[in-house]
Amino acid sequence: MRGKLGDRLLHGYTWLIIAWLTAPILVMIMFGFNDKKSKSNTSWQGFTLRWYRELFADGSLTEALVNSLQVAVVSTVLTTVIGTALGLALGRHRFRGKGLSNFLVFAAISTPELVMGASLLSLFVSGNTPRGLATITIAHVLFSLSFVVVTVRARVVGLDPSLEEAARDLGAGTWTTFRLVTLPAIMPGVLAGAMLAFALSIDDYVVTSFVNGNELTFPLWIIGSVKVGIPPQVNVMGTLIFGIGVAIAVANAIASRRRT
Amino acid sequence: MRRAKAAAAPYLLALPAWIWFAIFFVVPIAAMASVSLTTGNLLEGFQQTFSVSNYADAIGQYHTQLVRSLIYGGTATVVMLLLAYPVAYWIAFKGGRNKSVYLFLLLLPFFVSFVLRTISWGFILADDGILFGPLKSAGLLPGDFHVLATDVAVIGGLVYNFLPFMVLPIYVALERVDPRVIEAAYDLYASRWAAFRRVVLPLSLPGVFAGVLMTFVPATADPVNARVLGGTGNTMIGNIIQTEYMTNNDYPTASALSFTLMAVLLVGIFVYARSLGTENVLEAAAR
Repeated sequence: MRGKLGDRLLHGYTWLIIAWLTAPILVMIMFGFNDKKSKSNTSWQGFTLRWYRELFADGSLTEALVNSLQVAVVSTVLTTVIGTALGLALGRHRFRGKGLSNFLVFAAISTPELVMGASLLSLFVSGNTPRGLATITIAHVLFSLSFVVVTVRARVVGLDPSLEEAARDLGAGTWTTFRLVTLPAIMPGVLAGAMLAFALSIDDYVVTSFVNGNELTFPLWIIGSVKVGIPPQVNVMGTLIFGIGVAIAVANAIASRRRT
Repeated sequence: MRRAKAAAAPYLLALPAWIWFAIFFVVPIAAMASVSLTTGNLLEGFQQTFSVSNYADAIGQYHTQLVRSLIYGGTATVVMLLLAYPVAYWIAFKGGRNKSVYLFLLLLPFFVSFVLRTISWGFILADDGILFGPLKSAGLLPGDFHVLATDVAVIGGLVYNFLPFMVLPIYVALERVDPRVIEAAYDLYASRWAAFRRVVLPLSLPGVFAGVLMTFVPATADPVNARVLGGTGNTMIGNIIQTEYMTNNDYPTASALSFTLMAVLLVGIFVYARSLGTENVLEAAAR
């Protein structure tokens, strides 16, 4: 009896934590529909779809969002290619420098973002490199690389090597074996790594704030306008990104449940 | 010929990542180390003097913020541990078929930008915002009541933002506990509490360890929560490093501060790993 009561309390407590974690999201969505009249968007003044219609009214905000998407796409592609290659090497081969590679992957994950951003700025300053979208992309590849390597490596380790041997016995060359056997088998790991890289890139504030120069990304634009008041368009963009992200995740979960 | 190609394969695969890590990770950290040992300023240039005075100056000037960051990060980590463990426990042992649904709900905040969800909290906690505004006009709270710009707001924000990183590793560790081990404890007349304390808890310690590592480092070094939710009295070391770099262009001091932060965090992790090392965990499990 006592056990049952304890379980019920824990169940309620879990929902309480979930509610607490979700509350700011609901507030964000709600105030994207707020028909605000004054400068600040802090009290509820009625329902409107105006901010959805005028989503791109603020040119600099739109530019920041476009910058974010551009950096996220380019850095995700680069990270996925470079990271998958290292993941394959670490999961499949024995070679000199394997220990060092593993150490670098771990060190890059555990370095505070602040230190990573500061050290990249030191490099760009001492090399007189102009800072902008290119340096932001370089930084994003760096901090998401390890996550792709770890995800792909886990998948490669779980792969049966006799599949590739069979392909080679049937006369397939190295490239054909990779394209027709290895790549499809590790694809779920590669895709998971790519999604993680995209999510990390589009969300990053700390590292980007060091290497951005005069360019703004979506998170940087938002934090820059905290003091003057966040326009409701930011809530709308946040809501749309949230909706798209959740939809992709749910679709992915359903698809993988069907496969098994 | 073919064998030579096969032997070169791992090096070719690893090469791009090595180049990236070398140029943009190893070299920059070394560059920062060298900058932290220079003197001068942006206009007149920096001279490599190998003087450690930057470190002494930086620590002397900003030890308040450094200590405050450690206290905030440490407090937030302890609070997260206390909040997260029961959730992870319930999902792992009682979640049943809906385990993945509960985990998904816990991860929902990650679909909203970190900066945006922190601002959303600032919004909820605003002095006359949607939460305190009505309570104040109803006379339930004094008019000068406020949460923003206090320790509580910043630590609460850190807890909110990093909590899922604490729940997940603990959940994974608890998920792996074989229920038959717990049944064996009951068969040997252990009470519920004794079975938890002597069987489940020790087996979950690796998850606790991972969770603490994944939350303490980013929470201590975070500049966003202090900036959005805190006031002038809540500045953390992350804000100082940002200002020194971006506004004051004082690269030597900023580099020295970054290194000090990293060193303090590494020492913290090392001490923590020693005090709760894997050997002790195994010992506790065997007892």
